[in-house]
Order: sequence, then C-alpha cells, then structure tokens
Amino acid sequence: MIEVKNLIKSFDGRTVLHDLSATFYTGKTNLIIGQSGSGKTVLMKSLVGLLRPDSGEILFDGRNLPDMGRTEIRNLRKEIGMLFQGSALFDSETVLGNVMFPLTMFTNQRYADMKKRAMFCLERVNLTGAESKYPSEISGGMQKRVAIARAIALNPKYLFCDEPNSGLDPRTSILIDELLSDITHEYGITTVINTHDMNSVLGIGENIIFINKGYREWVGDMSKIYNTGNKALNDFVFATRLFQQVREYVASHETTVPPRDAR
Amino acid sequence: MIITTSLATFGRYCLFMRNVFSVPDRWGVYLRRTVTEIVKLGMDSIPLVLIISVFIGAVITIQMQLNINSPLIPAYSVGLATRDIVLLEFSNSILCLILAGKVGSNIASEIGTMRVTEQIDALDIMGINSANYLVLPKITGFVLFMPVLVVLCIGTAFIGGYGVAAFTDLIPVSRYLYGLQALFTEWYVWYGLIKSLVFAFIITSTASFYGYYVHGGALEVGKASTDGVVSSSIFILLFDVILTKLLLQ
Repeated sequence: MIEVKNLIKSFDGRTVLHDLSATFYTGKTNLIIGQSGSGKTVLMKSLVGLLRPDSGEILFDGRNLPDMGRTEIRNLRKEIGMLFQGSALFDSETVLGNVMFPLTMFTNQRYADMKKRAMFCLERVNLTGAESKYPSEISGGMQKRVAIARAIALNPKYLFCDEPNSGLDPRTSILIDELLSDITHEYGITTVINTHDMNSVLGIGENIIFINKGYREWVGDMSKIYNTGNKALNDFVFATRLFQQVREYVASHETTVPPRDAR
Repeated sequence: MIITTSLATFGRYCLFMRNVFSVPDRWGVYLRRTVTEIVKLGMDSIPLVLIISVFIGAVITIQMQLNINSPLIPAYSVGLATRDIVLLEFSNSILCLILAGKVGSNIASEIGTMRVTEQIDALDIMGINSANYLVLPKITGFVLFMPVLVVLCIGTAFIGGYGVAAFTDLIPVSRYLYGLQALFTEWYVWYGLIKSLVFAFIITSTASFYGYYVHGGALEVGKASTDGVVSSSIFILLFDVILTKLLLQ
C-alpha cells in the first residue's frame, strides 16, 4: 500500500499539488485522473521519486520516500516497475533483451534462468514469438506489452503506469487495461495508473482519485462515478456525448455497469 | 550573466562527472558495454581516419615541397616537416576536431534521444545510475581506442606523403623517406598520444553532458548535438594550447 499524506509541491512559487492526501491499495488498480495541468503527472513523478515534494509524506508500506537516502531510494526502486507513456524501451536491445535487462542488472541468475523468466513474462503478456525483434519493428501496442513484461520481470511490489493507453486504438487500449488489471490481481501488486482514458476509468477503476487544480477532488470506484454529485468530475468524465448517454441510461434504468470480470 | 551561466554549467558538468565516475552496478555489464563502445565509437571511425589521413598527408607533403623549394634547404626537409606536422598537430588535434564532429554528434544525439523518449528515466526508476551506465563505457572505450586511431592516422598520413613522392616528381622517394627518419624526437609521439587521450575524454564527456540534459523534443536533441560538437571543439583548442605549453616547453 502507498499512502500519500499532505503532499505539497510547487514550481517557481506556483503550487501544483495542494496538501494532497491519497491511498493506493495493494492488489487494486488505483487510477489517478484529472484534466491536463491538474497535477497528476507531478503526483506520479513525486511517487516514483523523480520529483522531491516540498512537504508531506509518501509511504511505501510505511517507508517514507522523502526521508530516504540515495541507497534506500535505489533499493526501493528495485521494488518498482514502471510503464512509460512512450514505452521507453531500449532501442539497441531486442524485445528479449529489454525484458531481461532488469534481471541482468539486479540478479545473479544464470543466462538460461534469466531467459526463462523473460520468456515467461513475454508469454504472460501474449508476446511469444517476438523476442528477437527490435522495438522499432513492433507496433505501439506490442511495445506497451513488452514494457509491461519488463516492468514485471523482477516481481515488483509497486507498478506505476503513465498514460498506458495513449496513442493506442480503443481495442488495443482495452487489451492493455485488461492485462494491467489481471497482473495486479494475479501478483497482488499495488498498481497506480495515470490516465485520461474514460474507458479505463469505467472499466478497471477500483480506486479512482480525481485531481482538480492540484487538489484531491474526489475518491471512489467505478460504480460510484455514475452517481457522483461532483460537478468537476462529471464535467471531466462525462465530457463526451457518448458517456453522457451511458450515464443517462444507467440512471434511467436504475442499473449499474458491471465490472469487467463480471461481463 | 554569461559568467554566472558558465559557472552554473560547469558546476552541473562536475556533478554529472561525479555520477559518471562512480563504481559500476555490474562490472560484467560495464565491460561488455565498453567493448561495444570501442567498436561503435572507435573501430567504426577507422575508415574516416584513414581517408582523411591519406589525403592530408599527401597535401602536407605537396605544400611543404612548394613552400620550402629552395636550393639552400635540403630536399629531405619535406619529409621531416611532414612528419613533425603530422606527429605534433594533425594526428591528435586536427584528428580530434574531426572526430568531435562524428563521435560527439553521435553520442549527444543518442543520449539526447534516450532522454526525450524517457529511456533514461526508465533506467533511473529501475534504480540504475544512468549517467554511469550510459556514459562511463563511452569515455573509457573511446579513450582506450584513441591511441590506435592516432597511430593509424600517423601511418596513413606518411603513406599519403609517400604516394606524392612515388607518383609525382616533386620529391625523390629516398629523400622523403630519409626526411621521415631524420632528427626524430621520440617525445613528439608521446606528446601527441597524451594530447589525444585528453581530447578523447573532452569529446565523449562534453557530448554526453549535452545529450544527458536535453529537455524537449527532436529540435532540442539536434541543438544539443550541435552544442556538444561546438563546445568540445573549443575545449580541444583550449587544451591544445595548455598542453603544448606544458609538454613541449
């Protein structure tokens, strides 16, 4: 579990995160949502230690990130997997090389064992057969899946995903969402996803944190989002005509959209 | 303002170098990457070095012959002057200025692209010292291979001069070969090698620094590449003066 307590972060006198508190639960897909410029990327970067907050606590199972020394942060990062918006695969490495990379750097396993583990991770993301290809030779969706395989290679306790669906078609986006949700439940990972994608919000949002202008505006899960009275959240989530109609349908039929596993 | 900015940049460079020169996370990985960089930065530069050296060697020989064509100056002086120019300046300073363009832009654009595509962030988040992982093998690989390039440059430039003697009637081959051996000062070779090692460090570290701190997109990567080449060229010229003063006087 990751707990954020009274987090404040500012740049050049402009406060981006205002006394923000939130909890990200283990074994759940925790979503951070909000408009562009709302501060969710700053929150994500603060969570992974790329930005140092002005004040506040970021507790990784009780260990406060801002209080940690260099060595402690480096050790913590070995427990973290991260999926970047652009996948951030190493161009000079093959798909297999990318997935084996963390194993090469942080384990003393034999090559055969590392390869076995990497192949298992690739199989888990349905990418067997692509191991000898280079990142430039595979599609955006496949690159995302390789990045997920790399992120889980070391069995991380925490998985951070920065806009995992950006640049993907709706069908591939759903596949990535399902994969992230399945991996989270299967391995009991604390997954934090920073997203704009309303399909993700309504499909896998087990713990949704809505940030507006640097403040935590709303917390809940996908079932509660249809009936929220929060205007800023409604304006953000139900911005398109399609989602407005879905909400109207849900309200008029006094029903709920079932979670993904129940469909 | 310029002084403040320069000092701030120098300070950042020093902090960057502190990260670069730390103990590698994995020695095996570091050694493998160093070998890769020797091939990429060093061995892949051999054709360029050979082509440039043979032509410049020939041109120096022709120009020496034309400029010191006097009955008072012995004919072997052409070979002697060609040798000393190649040993003292061409095989190290001029060669490194040329390599600053090839190797420097290669390094700055590679690392800069890794920065803007979040590959460096990925390394950092994994808990890897990205500066050390990416840059140290480049510096050590290129510095280690630089003497090979210098020796190849010297040899090929002499062959270029020999070609002029052999295929034109500007200077007899025997006089040219005699000039190459006459009044030889061994220290000139060491002087050139020492300078080239310093220049190799300047090229790799400066280009890496500019690439590592890129912010933005493709445009900024291009700018970082240019800045890396320009800065390393200026530092090569500056250190050429300093080292010449220190080592030859």
